[in-house]
Amino acid sequence: MQTNLLDIHARLQALLPVGELQTQRADLAFLDVPPSLLRATLLQLRDREGFTHLVLLTAVDWIEQEQFQLTYLVCNRSARLDLGLRVRIPREPASMESIHELWPTAATYQRELREMFGIDFPGSPRLDEDFILEGWTATPPYRRDFDTLKYAEETYAERPGRVTYDPAAHMQQQLYPGER
Amino acid sequence: MGLFTPDRSQYPAEKVDGSLDIDLSSGKYLKLWQGPQHPGITGNMSVELTVCGDEVVEGKTHVGYLHRGFEKLMERRSFIQCFPIVCRICVPEPDFNEYCYAAVVEELAGLEVPELAHWIRNLILEMGRINSYMMYLGGQAGALGMGVIGQWTTYARDLMLDRFEELTGARIYHMFILPGGVRDRLPEGFAGRMEETLRELEDIMVDVEQTMFRNAVFKRRTVGMGVIDPDWLEPYGITGPNARAAGVPRDVRKDFPYLVYPQLDFEPVTGQDSDIYTRADVRRRDVLLSVDLIRQILARMPRGGEVMTRLPNVLHWKIDPGETYIRGECSRGEYGYYLVTDGSGYPRRVNVRGPSYTHAMALLERMIVNVNIADVAALMVSLHTYPPEIER
Repeated sequence: MQTNLLDIHARLQALLPVGELQTQRADLAFLDVPPSLLRATLLQLRDREGFTHLVLLTAVDWIEQEQFQLTYLVCNRSARLDLGLRVRIPREPASMESIHELWPTAATYQRELREMFGIDFPGSPRLDEDFILEGWTATPPYRRDFDTLKYAEETYAERPGRVTYDPAAHMQQQLYPGER
Repeated sequence: MGLFTPDRSQYPAEKVDGSLDIDLSSGKYLKLWQGPQHPGITGNMSVELTVCGDEVVEGKTHVGYLHRGFEKLMERRSFIQCFPIVCRICVPEPDFNEYCYAAVVEELAGLEVPELAHWIRNLILEMGRINSYMMYLGGQAGALGMGVIGQWTTYARDLMLDRFEELTGARIYHMFILPGGVRDRLPEGFAGRMEETLRELEDIMVDVEQTMFRNAVFKRRTVGMGVIDPDWLEPYGITGPNARAAGVPRDVRKDFPYLVYPQLDFEPVTGQDSDIYTRADVRRRDVLLSVDLIRQILARMPRGGEVMTRLPNVLHWKIDPGETYIRGECSRGEYGYYLVTDGSGYPRRVNVRGPSYTHAMALLERMIVNVNIADVAALMVSLHTYPPEIER
């Protein structure tokens, strides 16, 4: 019988108090996992359920709720299923357990998250080395409270004679003339 | 160059954090930067090598020379304004960004794409794949001193760029696949001119095969070199030709079929030896597969129909809260977009999953150990990495 995400979720729930499954497609679902259960859930998925491929690890800044959402997307190739584990951690201080021993490649993702979102992953290799930005001391730039436009205006000089047209006004005229 | 040697007695001791204890003042080691300005580097990145004699004992990949912050920029742009910038994330093969971005937005917005648009999208992706492989073949040969191959493949790529220009109006960044469909139908007589291009391309591939793949120097320097152990595929997230050359038929086009791939007749190209030569050969045969797929698409695609669905007013376009991930098989492996929406007119978060992210960082740093300095360029190119998609 073909495994599906509901069966996998039922088996997971029998072992660990994970959240409800939110199905996006037949082959993709998301699942809320408390930070303390992440490693156990990932190990169970990787070693027992065949989710051996770490597709991506990224963060979403829910600044209104003072939280970061970390998304660990894992894939079971033979069953052709994807499962996204969503872990909510506080924004301050932002810290999460490292998973670089489970997937060595996760260390790269964690280095990027450290630099771009300021999320700490204690023990992850070369975490404090510059990844993309060099000598960056301001707010981590991918946080919602970092204003790209303000930073650019403060950091770079305006070229004299440069004119900026509002793209939205131009598109309004081109695509929907007469409409508001 | 060979496999990572488990016996580390001849190498510097490891520290607790996994890095090597290298005493530069001993005079035994030398720091050497390959890149960012270097003929033997793939694009805008550099590798910080620590060498002992002419052998690399440690390599660290440095990126950040091309960071434009696309993911952040998109959070300030409406969904339609994001579409013209995504193609700039990967220069040599931009169309996958357009396709994946369009597909994630369509899924969350609940848009149905017309059948003909699927076929045209598929055609464009295969044309882009050939272009990307042409750059690779030139680079792989060039890294081993065979500059003429690059001139031939650049010419072949230019022929395909002519077809792109005819179809989309642009040569590099096409901005043709947008949420809801594609911008236009195929021009009159396109299939005939494409057939001419494909035939010329096949002729060039025969020359490349005979000159590059049967060249004694090329074989000597690539057979048995830079082997990716099949056991590394999962820990390092290896996908695409790098995995297929290790004998694992891992191809998103077959495993997670999208667009019209289920209607096309093909088998993923695989190899066995997992060395630089095999990876190059898998990519050479993949070019021929793409040529075949383009012929199938042009012969089977519907002759008429819509290419664009009706979009809501794109200036006030809001998408309900949700998140999804869409993947496709680009020339380097699994390419994907993760989109989170919050009900506003702007993406909450877009994350681009490029295959180079894992190939050029963790994997290259592992494979570069024990390699002779002269082979670093060939090894790096053989992983087929494009730095812009690492830093986005």
